Amino acid sequence: MADTEIKPVERVDTAKAATPVAAASLASMRLAPGLLDHPLHWRTGLVLLIALVLLPTLAQAWGQGFYVGVASRILIFALAATSLNLILGFGGMVSFGHAAFVGVGAYAAGILMQHGFASAWLALALAFVAAGAFALLIGAISLRTRGVYFIMITLAFAQMLYYLMVSLKTYGGDDGLSLDSRFDLAFGLDLSQDASFYYLVLALAVAVFVGVQRLLNSRFGHALQAIRDNETRMAAIGFPVLRFKLLAFVLAGALAGLAGALLAQLGGFVSPSMMQWSESGMLMVMVILGGVGHLYGGLVGAVVFLVLEEVLSSITIHWQFGLGAVLLAVVLLAPNGLLSLRLRRQSP
Amino acid sequence: MKTIDLKSLHFALAAAALFCLAGPAQAADKVKVGMLSTLSGPGAGLGIDIRDGFNLALKHSGGKFGGLPVELIVADDQAKPDAARQTADRLVKQDKVDFMTGVVFSNVMLAVGKPIFDSKTFYISANAGPSQLAGAQCNPYFFNVAWQNDNLHEAVGKTVQDKGFKKVALLAPNYPAGKDALAGFKRYFKGEIASEAYTPLSQLDYGAELSKMRASGADAVYIFLPGGLGINFIKQFVGAGLSKDMTLFGPGFSADEDVIRAVGEPMLGMFNSSQWAHDMQNPVNKRFVADFQKDYGRMPTLYASQGYDAARLMDAAVRDVKGNLGDKAALRKAIAAAKFDSVRGAFKFNSNGYPIQDYYLRVITRDAQGRITNRTLNTVFKDHADAYVGECKMPAL
Amino acid sequence: MTGILVLEQSLNGLQFGLMLFLLAAGLTLVFGIMDMINLAHGSLYMIGAYLVASIALGSGSFWLGLALGMAATAAIGAVLELTVLRRLYQRDHLSQVLGTFAILLMSNEAVRWLWGSQPIELNPPAALAGPVELLPGFSYPAYRLFIIAVGLAAAGVLYLLVARTRLGMQVRAGASNREMALAMGVDVRRLFTLVFAMGAALCALAGGMLGPLLAVQVGMGESILILAFVVIVIGGIGSIRGALLGALLVGVVDTAGRTLIPYGFERLLGPDLAASVGPAVAAILIYVLMAAVLFFRPQGLFPAHG
Repeated sequence: MADTEIKPVERVDTAKAATPVAAASLASMRLAPGLLDHPLHWRTGLVLLIALVLLPTLAQAWGQGFYVGVASRILIFALAATSLNLILGFGGMVSFGHAAFVGVGAYAAGILMQHGFASAWLALALAFVAAGAFALLIGAISLRTRGVYFIMITLAFAQMLYYLMVSLKTYGGDDGLSLDSRFDLAFGLDLSQDASFYYLVLALAVAVFVGVQRLLNSRFGHALQAIRDNETRMAAIGFPVLRFKLLAFVLAGALAGLAGALLAQLGGFVSPSMMQWSESGMLMVMVILGGVGHLYGGLVGAVVFLVLEEVLSSITIHWQFGLGAVLLAVVLLAPNGLLSLRLRRQSP
Repeated sequence: MKTIDLKSLHFALAAAALFCLAGPAQAADKVKVGMLSTLSGPGAGLGIDIRDGFNLALKHSGGKFGGLPVELIVADDQAKPDAARQTADRLVKQDKVDFMTGVVFSNVMLAVGKPIFDSKTFYISANAGPSQLAGAQCNPYFFNVAWQNDNLHEAVGKTVQDKGFKKVALLAPNYPAGKDALAGFKRYFKGEIASEAYTPLSQLDYGAELSKMRASGADAVYIFLPGGLGINFIKQFVGAGLSKDMTLFGPGFSADEDVIRAVGEPMLGMFNSSQWAHDMQNPVNKRFVADFQKDYGRMPTLYASQGYDAARLMDAAVRDVKGNLGDKAALRKAIAAAKFDSVRGAFKFNSNGYPIQDYYLRVITRDAQGRITNRTLNTVFKDHADAYVGECKMPAL
Repeated sequence: MTGILVLEQSLNGLQFGLMLFLLAAGLTLVFGIMDMINLAHGSLYMIGAYLVASIALGSGSFWLGLALGMAATAAIGAVLELTVLRRLYQRDHLSQVLGTFAILLMSNEAVRWLWGSQPIELNPPAALAGPVELLPGFSYPAYRLFIIAVGLAAAGVLYLLVARTRLGMQVRAGASNREMALAMGVDVRRLFTLVFAMGAALCALAGGMLGPLLAVQVGMGESILILAFVVIVIGGIGSIRGALLGALLVGVVDTAGRTLIPYGFERLLGPDLAASVGPAVAAILIYVLMAAVLFFRPQGLFPAHG
């Protein structure tokens, strides 16, 4: 299975290709996609991309301009869900505190605005770095545990952050922070327009998505997935398992922070409720729904979940029952998420 | 983006509405109201009360405001600022409602304020009354027919002061509304604060706080604990026997019919302040209370009365502008004049859109039929305004 | 800080811990034996509380409500297990999270549909409604003493059940090594249903006992569910002893934290800073405790698996 992919290298203390032989074998590996590779599915992906790019124009034409904002929100959650999928689906780390990183990114953006800095680049960069830093701290402690203990300890840290932000009156506490306006993008793009903001979100989401795909198909990605499949074996071979996992965790956290900053700008509002455990649960549900360990899992899960929520809540106030019924059906009928029905992958 | 059937329906409605509400000088042929309230989760009881009160007023006015038929769009904010914001956006941008109302919680209100005000839609608050919107962030499109969050606490503060209690123990959750609540109380109570505790919002068991209260030797206790937290505390307070030595005070919304139904006998003897009570004798209120009980099978809470009044206000405003909803300046003037019969008797607005009204002291006792309910005792404040109006520099429309 | 305050807070901590134990016991059994993360555990607690409240209100007797409520909830638990949850045992934890989360959503709405959105009434029996005088000058609510008694009794009964009966032996075998227990001929399916029903009954007991202290409302399960998970993680998954000791630890630390921290902070930092920082620290104290326990003993304090 995965054994054929990772050829033991003579010098076992590094994952880098140290000899020409190893380099050649790695190069040859890349030519033949294996189980650990995730193709972008160019045809479907391109059609999807074109549809997404044309969405604002089509929406305006049909007089449904409001839905551009909805689409932005869905894309942002797709970004957050994909970042969670990176560690959950591809890294095997079930983090129940991922919403905390979204919240950190959102607060970074909000606090910057409160202190008068209006540059979008600064806000996004700071959100990325701040969330990554928190992820480093939390990951360094949490990754010493495994299984359900890891789930609980990540939950604990997220709760700690939540209660901290609720009590901090300087940053609004439970009432949250309002952002007066959207950030400057400096290309003459007015982000307060729904469509412009949508394109920013789309560009970032696509960039992150392609980046994640490249990462997963690289040596690092293969190693990560192999660690998910059998951590003991990888440690025995000589990979620095903890370092790999931590790196993935930090990256996922940073990307979640990016999503958080975008979410804050979309709504013009930051609130500690973004960091609650129920929000983390919702992200997890999206990933599981879409397909754990599938490249498009985060995207599909976010779209299905949010659209379902929107549709059901306009029918009845008891919409949560319907949502629960659908989720239960998915669990029982599509064991590995919706994408597994289509692609018939081997489950991780 | 594929349109699903429901979205097509929305589109059809929106298109129809767009044709209806043509230009600013033409009168509309119907009034669209967006009610965004908490209809699921733990706070749902409050939102449902507001919705039911509003619907009753609509029934009383024949389904019309100012002679125009009303289309009421009800949506759930899930008590989540993020989701509420998106739904508010949909209501003002897609459904293009003329009025909005319904939000229960202040943190949700602060989140949905911007899109609503930016779209020049009038918001008549049937509950949420954050201090930010009364003071520094006041907005010409915001009106509140309930109260400013601090008012009920101020009324109790004055009551406790007037009743001569010397040492008071205070308790509120550890978030800005909790801190504001106790600040409001302390604005009018000048005695000694024996203990002041802020508990986490998630806390279920108040054993530790009750012990501290007993040890502090206070003779009165004032709590601000919304919803289920209040129910927990009151049950535990009485169970600990503290009700014998200390008198319990709370704001009206922590001691209304919904809490009484959940707690029952242990609540007897609790004092609370409110701007409305179901035993007020004016004819509008009598009709409201009687019909509410008939239609919904339960006694209305102050949330229901606020929803009722919000509808009555909208009715009067539409009538006064003769259906010309596009003229925002005239509509604002009509709303601010508040020429409607409120269930609480006389009613007028302050310059920041919050009410100037009387506040009463109520106590929980058994009524003539033996039911446990509130009884109005006396007036605490007459024509009381909120403390933040001075900070408001009302921007132009 | 008088002696009486300390005594009262100790009793509070004990009572709070035992409250959590009732809930954690069922959860840890289900997790330890069936290896299933059950987010719907809080829903069973809520359904139990509602059933106890309705029956108590209808019949006028708290005890009848408690007894019938427990039986009814056990039955509901068994039905749930037989129909839906049985299919989730073989699945990975993530599917279980999704499935039980779906059940949580559905039960919330079902309860809301049946009983309405407003909280309902559940009061202690008149005999236990007031305080008792334990020492001269020190009264303690009778009902909380009752909870302590019931909690200890439940712990005792569970211990006897698990350590001294045949059923208990099978439960312990299943918790420490499921495959081996299967190989040794334990009727696993029946055992699982029984364990789940027992857990549901404990939930109803917890819900009915806590109802007079806490609000009986939709969503009441979620807030306490997190605490229960914290307890079983600290105590070690699969062991009743771990659940008891973990619950007591959490109860005592939380109560002590809520008393000592504001007191200590006021002395050290001054009242203003203490008022804002104190409660925040007190709120997260349990999570800090859990993080610390997991850091030094990642399997929990008394794990069932050797």
